[in-house]
Amino acid sequence: MKKVFLSVIGFTLICRMSAYSQVKTDSAGAKPKISLYAPDSSTMKSNYKDRSLHVDEINFVSSYYWQTGDHSAVTGGIGSEKVTDIANGLDIKLAWLNSSLNKNTLSIGLGFDHHTSASQAFVSATGASKTGGDRIYPSIDWTKENAKNGNTFGLGAYVSSEYNYQSLGGDLHFSLKTQDKMGEFGVKLQAYLDKVKLIYPSELIPGTTTTTSGGTTIITTASGTTTTLSDGEHGHRGNIPSSPRNTFSSSFSYSQIINSRLQIMFLADLVEQHGYLSLPFHRVYFSTGKDTVEKLPAQRFKLPIGFRANYFLGDNIILRSYYRYYMDNWGIKSNTANLEVVYKVSPFFSIAPFYRFYSQSAAKYFAPYEAHNINDAYYTSNYEYSKFNSNFFGVGFRIAPPAGVFGMQGLHDLEIRYGHYAQNTDLVSNVVSLSLGFK
Amino acid sequence: MTKLIAKITAGFLLMIFACSCVHLKEYQKNRINDSEMALGNRKVEKNELNFQSYREGASGANAGKTGGGCGCN
Repeated sequence: MKKVFLSVIGFTLICRMSAYSQVKTDSAGAKPKISLYAPDSSTMKSNYKDRSLHVDEINFVSSYYWQTGDHSAVTGGIGSEKVTDIANGLDIKLAWLNSSLNKNTLSIGLGFDHHTSASQAFVSATGASKTGGDRIYPSIDWTKENAKNGNTFGLGAYVSSEYNYQSLGGDLHFSLKTQDKMGEFGVKLQAYLDKVKLIYPSELIPGTTTTTSGGTTIITTASGTTTTLSDGEHGHRGNIPSSPRNTFSSSFSYSQIINSRLQIMFLADLVEQHGYLSLPFHRVYFSTGKDTVEKLPAQRFKLPIGFRANYFLGDNIILRSYYRYYMDNWGIKSNTANLEVVYKVSPFFSIAPFYRFYSQSAAKYFAPYEAHNINDAYYTSNYEYSKFNSNFFGVGFRIAPPAGVFGMQGLHDLEIRYGHYAQNTDLVSNVVSLSLGFK
Repeated sequence: MTKLIAKITAGFLLMIFACSCVHLKEYQKNRINDSEMALGNRKVEKNELNFQSYREGASGANAGKTGGGCGCN
């Protein structure tokens, strides 16, 4: 029996010693003293990091948007612009550490929108086209962050699909921190390869029926859909033709912490678009009364330059400001200024009223209803390209208590925001948004 | 109005560069690290930025999208 006891004590001692075999030595080269009791937990845990794949964050954003106006591009710059849109987006962030302890983040997003548009009915001259539509847009992004210097590198992909428009996008992005980690330089290179379905106003492409010498009948509907009938029996329905629209952009940013209360950021994008940049169901009425569809150049260069500054004023107020100057080769120049004043009622609850002012000059190719000359090379009556200014104001509420919103541990963040938008073209809209963050 | 905005912005930039950047230790970054101080768009703003880019001629330089999606209606 003694032998059994001695064996157990000996085995325990060996186990305790091996438990310390890889413990770091202190500055004097000494290891912690061996004890039969539990090892010092602080020493054992100091360098441990959970590397396994885990859900880092889940975000859900939902918005309801409604709009009125009287300058619809579908009806040539006149007619109802009534639109409603429900947009929902879910974003799941997964994270893990690799063998070098670099953080990898995989963001998987899925968006779904449903809209109704009064003017969409008038793609058909009689107003018989359907007024609703859906858009679905999944996305994925992978980002790797260097544990030593905080620099990041990542790749992303994006798809958007709706009845008359398909978009496929990809991006490469990286950021570099300055040596003192007070500044950060970021670059994002994006490409979007889109396809616009050529759905023309019904009166401009009347339906036709053609019979070839081989006995094949081709029926083209007003929207451009073709149905081919061979021998009068078998039908083959073709797709509505599409036209490409490609966008390539380079985005640059530099952020800098100025002091313990102020940080700033400079932003600049270089954007080049080419392909079919008009929309086929946007009508234009010339001064002669004749109508056609809008025609815009096949290339567009955009240069927006932005600046942000956030300032912590006192102990409860944060000023979030933004300014952007924009110009493009279609003749639009614009200024955007935004100010949001965040008042922190408590460390976990804030109220943030905001105001945004926007003004732009008209594109060279814009003229209102029946104002275009029939000899113009390019023409549009889309008020997006007109001279106007707009005001957007509202208020946001954010709650993020440490015990979770409404006591729900997983729900760490809730934001509600309402905004009212008005252009001096008579377009008025409202938007209310909800954001939920889970951890 | 445009000139006024340009003057205010220029003055603000001058003010920022007039004061040199200070190196902060981690414990001095409690205000800078506040979630409301983040130099980006709020998550809840995502759909607002979308409708603005569709209703206005200008877009970009706000870390948002510069292409993709129709917004035709």
